[in-house]
Amino acid sequence: MGQTIAEKIFDSHLRDEPFAGTKVLNLDRVLCHEITTPVAIADLEWRGKDRVFDSSKIKAVIDHVTPSKDSKTALQAKMLRDWARRHKLQDFFDVGQNGVCHALFPEKGYIRPGFTVIMGDSHTCTHGAFGAFAAGVGTTDLEVGILKGVCAFREPATIRVNLEGALPQGVYAKDVILYVIGQLGVNGATDRVLEFVGPVVDAMTMEARMTLCNMAIEAGGTCGICMPDMVTVNYLWPFIQDDYASKEAALEDFKRWHSDADADYDQVITFDLSSLEPQVTYDYKPDCVKPVGQMAGTAVDQIYIGTCTNGRIEDLRIAAAILKGKTIAPTVRGIVSPATPRIFRTALDEGIIQIFMDAGFCVTNPTCGACLGMSNGVLAEGEVCASTSNRNFNGRMGKGGMVHLMSPATAAATAVAGVITDARTM
Amino acid sequence: MEKIFKGAAIFLDRSDINTDEIIPAKYLTEVTKEALKPYLLEDLKLDGFDPKGEKLKNARVVVSRQNFGCGSSREHAPWVFEVNGVHTIIAESYARIFRQNMFNGGMLAIELPKADIDALFAMDAEGDVSIAVDVDAQVITARCGADERKFNFAISEFDKALVKAGGWVEFADARY
Ligand code: SF4
Repeated sequence: MGQTIAEKIFDSHLRDEPFAGTKVLNLDRVLCHEITTPVAIADLEWRGKDRVFDSSKIKAVIDHVTPSKDSKTALQAKMLRDWARRHKLQDFFDVGQNGVCHALFPEKGYIRPGFTVIMGDSHTCTHGAFGAFAAGVGTTDLEVGILKGVCAFREPATIRVNLEGALPQGVYAKDVILYVIGQLGVNGATDRVLEFVGPVVDAMTMEARMTLCNMAIEAGGTCGICMPDMVTVNYLWPFIQDDYASKEAALEDFKRWHSDADADYDQVITFDLSSLEPQVTYDYKPDCVKPVGQMAGTAVDQIYIGTCTNGRIEDLRIAAAILKGKTIAPTVRGIVSPATPRIFRTALDEGIIQIFMDAGFCVTNPTCGACLGMSNGVLAEGEVCASTSNRNFNGRMGKGGMVHLMSPATAAATAVAGVITDARTM
Repeated sequence: MEKIFKGAAIFLDRSDINTDEIIPAKYLTEVTKEALKPYLLEDLKLDGFDPKGEKLKNARVVVSRQNFGCGSSREHAPWVFEVNGVHTIIAESYARIFRQNMFNGGMLAIELPKADIDALFAMDAEGDVSIAVDVDAQVITARCGADERKFNFAISEFDKALVKAGGWVEFADARY
């Protein structure tokens, strides 16, 4: 019997199986941010175990609220900063260098095929785009990860999602994943790995694959995962060129992480996406999804373009192409947060920031900010936001606010029209 | 903190209760568990449910439906239950991270089949319910007035070991 990519990663990282079905894995990466890590740090101190298992494998960033907005967030940042210095973490990102974790860490080349990755953040599943097993965990798992470099998981069951056909013009990875979540339901992949394969995935850039895997958790998935291919090799090449004689050699090596043809799946689902429409959420659950046409005309107060889902350069390019030469409707406010300093700089060099500003957008520094209703664009009671983020829970961007999730293209078109709009009609 | 797996139950009759409803993100700026205490289920909108009411204040056990604790990985969700004395949750199913976080903290996230959850909700319709969990015997005893019912439940050896050890840090520290 063959194995899935997740099973191969589990086998190669197995440290212990204390009970049948419980796999304790060695970790390649333990990622940290300032919201969930300080409590782990405080607990380790309290236990007299203020140690780290390997300072080169732990990466940390202040990203959720940065620069700090008040005394409490300043304390969180300080706790992470002091800890990172104390343990001499080589890779710690503070104001000026920091950006949204799931955009920043891949951009630095930290994530590789076959890796095991945890972070105290549910959208850690993003990193599965590189063919890694990457799972969001709570603070206790994070704490043990920091201290011992291990994490326990159940045997991984995998749902294989075949994405067939070719995406129509103007339809993006965000539309694909919203559609898949709508089909699976918020509970459809609980305790499962979502393995994305097929021509639609093959044709995607790494940025698009990250968008796809980012929202696996919104269907309950432990991890989204894509097989590493030449697209992966090309993205990682600046970081791996000393390790391989050629890109072909790197690809050959990465292929050991491909699922076998006779692997055993929990479910195999196929979607033909050749006639997929742009998708938008309604209501307070990410599986409440409709084609944009059915949502068209819905008034919004704020547009938010950014986050670990859609704050990458490709996303900003798509939005800017629609915004170029236009201004946003007088009834809306537009906010764009490039997800990392590098993305910000590239957007600046390419004239994209100029386009956003000319259109009337506010450009913020790289941060999570409004995505979780903590800063930089919190909604008032009764307000509506068109957002490129990943979560539309009641209160997510501010108490009493409503969030419609959509692609950067749909968000840009909506900004211009002031109501939810299909970008293909502009 | 010593964990207690019995007491008055509160029933939350909805599926997909998410972590933003359990503890809104704006309180994630706290760096101690205790500071979360006043905010338990603050944003949960449910007929007859009052986050500031006596019922929740006295509750030691929560009973709910499917996919409890979906959404973010924040362990603040189990913690806000913990500091309010709720160390046992009984539901049809859970989001993976929330469920693991409960056991990682030495607490119980018990799964029961739909029929048993329905039976518990039916008891709640008759009056106040108290629940006691025997982890070793894997039996839940629910009482409502003179009515007493028992439900068997399954729990993995690992989850049981975490509860016995007092949590994953203790377990992992002793072993790795
Ligand atoms: S951008 Fe939003 S979803 Fe992504 S890590 Fe930040 S808060 Fe979480």
